[in-house]
This record gives sequence, structure tokens and C-alpha cells, in this order.
Amino acid sequence: MELSTALVLNAIIAGLLLGGLYAAMSVGISISFGMLDVVNIAHPAFIILGSYIAYIVNDRLGFDPILVSVVLSPLFFALGMALYRIYYLCFEKRGQESLRGLAFFFGILFITEVALVLIFGVDYRLVQTAYGQTTWRLGAVDFPLRLVVPFLVSVTMVVSVQLFLTHTFFGRAVLAVAQDQLALRLMGVNPVRVKELAFALSIATAGVAGAFLIVIQPVQPSIGREFIGLAFAVCVLGGMGSIWGTLLGAFVLGLAESFTSTFFGPSWAPAVSFGLLLATLAFKPSGLLGR
Amino acid sequence: MSNRTFTVMVFAIAIAIIMASRFIPNEYFFQAAYTVLQFVVLATAWNILGGYTGYVNFGTAAFFAVGAYSTVFLYNAFQAPLVVMILAGTLVAGLLGLGVGYLTLRLRGVYFAIATLALAVVLYTFVINWDYVGGARGAYLLQPREVPFGFARYTHLLYSAMVLMTAAALAVARAIETSTLGRGLAAIRDDELAAESAGVPTLRLKLFSATVSGALMGMAGTTFPYYLSYIEPSSAFSLSYAVNSIAMPLIGGMMSWLGPLIGAILLGSIQQLVQVTVSSAWNLLIVGVMLVLFVTLAPNGIMGWVDAWRKRKDR
Repeated sequence: MELSTALVLNAIIAGLLLGGLYAAMSVGISISFGMLDVVNIAHPAFIILGSYIAYIVNDRLGFDPILVSVVLSPLFFALGMALYRIYYLCFEKRGQESLRGLAFFFGILFITEVALVLIFGVDYRLVQTAYGQTTWRLGAVDFPLRLVVPFLVSVTMVVSVQLFLTHTFFGRAVLAVAQDQLALRLMGVNPVRVKELAFALSIATAGVAGAFLIVIQPVQPSIGREFIGLAFAVCVLGGMGSIWGTLLGAFVLGLAESFTSTFFGPSWAPAVSFGLLLATLAFKPSGLLGR
Repeated sequence: MSNRTFTVMVFAIAIAIIMASRFIPNEYFFQAAYTVLQFVVLATAWNILGGYTGYVNFGTAAFFAVGAYSTVFLYNAFQAPLVVMILAGTLVAGLLGLGVGYLTLRLRGVYFAIATLALAVVLYTFVINWDYVGGARGAYLLQPREVPFGFARYTHLLYSAMVLMTAAALAVARAIETSTLGRGLAAIRDDELAAESAGVPTLRLKLFSATVSGALMGMAGTTFPYYLSYIEPSSAFSLSYAVNSIAMPLIGGMMSWLGPLIGAILLGSIQQLVQVTVSSAWNLLIVGVMLVLFVTLAPNGIMGWVDAWRKRKDR
């Protein structure tokens, strides 16, 4: 393969656009895992659930999937609250989160996947959007709108999450939970309540990320698992609990995957995230922007 | 009971079962029993790291598939005898456990769990791109025409091998559990920091347990390609191995070798029933739901109930 400038430029743009999607997928894990210490490996299952809900509404009523997901995000918020309640009562309170809590989320992941298979089958589903077929061209570089639109909305979402966390009272309470729960309790704030709402926020971002995903590529129930390694890789690479780090990590991973599929073939791309995850864990466990 | 007596007994029972099975005319029995026993090995293997040491492995499918694909490799390379395949697969999977453990077990336990999840995806990608072992299309393996030891079919030989592997897995698990080593692992599970400061060589013990656990999982996979005469990546890497090997010890009880055995026989038999009467998608749903129900409502599993009942009787 000839190494032309256009090829490299296209790989860079595709990688950055892909990174936008990865940031949306990982920001929830950055909150739940990085800040709340809740290892929610079922996060990708909620992303896929979001994809399917966007798909149903789009298929029946023709609404834009991303719009639908934003409007329906309170549903995911409520789901997240309920899930954290169960998790807290059954595991966190009893101090059993490390092993049984993980198994619990794994069970949730598995049940969601199998239930989606039973309802929708294993066919790939896709959505129709007004911008899905359009591609802007700038010289030799392609900007397919089905990647650009989710990218823009995703970056907006991630940046607003960061601003929310640093500039509101509640957001600062979340950051405080991450640092010292006891101190928070002494100040008269209930850390469980804070964690419940923050966890709900993380699930809400998963639902919206699901809509981005199905706009970008066709979705099938079992592809969720492929994103577990990916989302955790982004969080660890970026630095635990740092939203800016997550954004940076997502772009790094997007670029790495894009270059891998351009120069070695797309079938190798899934191995990149694991390689990055292992390398980060082995050489710099605190991540790029970790404290 | 000493471990030597236990080992001798388990193998004696295994040989008795193999002998008795010769009189069973029903072919379905061998299939169902093979599958259930395979789960006993996987659940026991998982429990060595999960139950004894407290580290969750989500990559059972990866270790299982490594065992299976090492058999495919040896078959393609020089049609190695079955014993060689079993030993080779066990060794390779053990080394994989050691490698992943070395990279991630020094950090918090959850990183190991996440790494094993991702490991399955990566090895899957690797196998799909490796044409020598069949790639995405899969590979056919012919069962040898001559069956040794006077078995009627090659499947019966594989079944007997699985019975012996089950005995081996149980003997290893019990030996670890009752030894000083097992107490070291339990100390890690209960409080790793305290164990470390009390002089328990935590990293070495964790690596040991990851290696043994991975090796046994790989061993369970070595006969799998012959058993079906065909193997393809998505069945070898099926997530159901991971879910089952976690659900079975959790449902049975994770503190002793008996728990995974009970859980695997119970859950494995239910799945065989549902698979025959309803469908295989439903039986996966049942495993998932049972896993979540047990882990939230009965965290110590069936053995936990037994212990509670015994205590009440003593009083």
C-alpha cells in the first residue's frame, strides 16, 4: 500500500471522529468506575439498549435517533438510579462489591444481551437519518456526516459533563465522593444519594452513546462486549476519574484503531484497545492525565 | 481425609464411572454428560482463582478456546496423539494465565477482571485472522478411525477423558484448598493488605493460582474440537462459558471444591433439559437470571444454606 498524504489525512480525520464516539461511550465509565468506584462492566449493555430504543423509534416513527435518545435520557437516568439502589443494598453495604458486585454486573450484561437476542434476533439493525448519506469533502479528505454529527454532539455532551462536575454544587459533591466519602458525610451530605444520582447520570450518557453508535454503524446485541475492553481502556489510558483524560484517551484510541484498520485491515482493530489497555496497565497505570 | 486418599478415591470413582458407562446404550447420555462434566472442570478451575483467591476471571472462554485451538494446531501440524494435545493445551493456557496475571495482578483486582474480558475479544480477533487454524470459517477435525482401549466410539473415549479430567480438576482444587497455599490464598481474598504485611507472598500466590486456574480451563477445551469434529471461533469463544463458570461456583458456593461441583451439575443438567425441551437462547437467559438472583439474594450459594442449616442443628 502506498503511503499517500491523503490516506494518512483520512485516517487521522476518521480516527478523531471515531474518538468522539468512544468518548461518549467511556464518559459514563469514567464517572462510575473512575469517580464512584462502581465497576459497572454492564455499561456497554446499556449503550446497546440505547441503540435499540433509538432504532425502534426511528423505525416506527422516523424520528432522528440522536434527538430521540436525548429526549429519552431521563428513562436511562431512572434505570441507573434503580440499578445503583440494588447494587448498594446488595453489595456495597455488605462490603461484597469486589467479587459479587462484578458478577452481578456481568449477569446484567448477559441478561440484557440475551433478552435483546430473544426479542430482535441476531440480525444487524440500522437507522435512517437525514444526513446519513451525505459526505462533505475538503480536498482529498472525507467528512461523512454520519460520523461528524455524533462527533459534535458527543464532544458537546462530554464537555458539558465536565463543566457540570466542576461548576455546580452537585458536581463538586460527586468529585468529593471520589476523594473522601467520610469527609462528605461529616459535612452533612449523604454520599449514597450523591453516588446514586451520579451513577444515574453515567447510565444516561450510555443511552445517548447508543444512539451515536447506531447512527455510525449497524448494531447487533452481542457487539456490546467488544466495547467493554474499549471503554475501560479509554478510562485507564486517560487517567481514572478525569473527564478531560477520557476525551484525550478516546482520541488516542480512535487514532490508533483508525491507523490499524487503514494499514493492517479492519479485522485487527478490536485488538488495539486491549493492547493499549495492557500497555497502560503495565507501564503507566495512572494514565495520561491521572492524578 | 488426606489429599492423597482423596485423590486416589476420586480417580477410583472416575474409573468406576467410566466402566459403568459402557453398559449405557443411550448415545445422548454421553453427549449430555460430556457437556456437564466440561462445566464441572471449568467451574472448578474458575473457583481456584475466583473463590479461593477472590479475583474474578471473565475470560474463561479465552482460556477454553486456547486449549481447543492448541489441539487444532497440533492436529494440523502432525496429528499428535490425544494425550499430547491435552497436555499441550493445558500448558499453553497455564502460560497465558501466568502472562495475563503477571501484567495485571500487581494492580487492583478489578484490572485483572477487565483485562480478562478484553483478552477474550483480542484472542478471538487473533484466531479469526489466523488461517492456519481455520480463521473465521472454522476447521474440521476427523476423529481417528481406530479407537483405543476397546471403546465402541471415539466420543466414548473423549467422554472418559473428560471424566478423568474432572477427577484431576477436583483433586487439584481440594489439594490447594486444604494446603498452606490455600490458606495463603484465603488470606489474600479476605484482606490482601493484611496478608501482605503478615508476610504472605501475595503476588507469587496469585500468579500460581492464575496459572493453575487457566491451565485447567485450557485442559477442558482440548478435547472440544474432536468432540464436535468441527470448531469455529464464535462457538469456542462463546460468552456462555464465562457466564456458566462464574454462575456455577456462585450458585453452588465458592468456599470449597464441593460448591462448583454441585453448581455445575445442577445448572448444567437444567440447561441440558431446557435445551432439549425449549431452546438454547432461553437456557442462556436462565443462567443469567439465576446468576443475578443468587448473587443478590443468596450470596453464599447452596453450600451457604447447608452450612447455615448445620449450624442451626448443632445449637
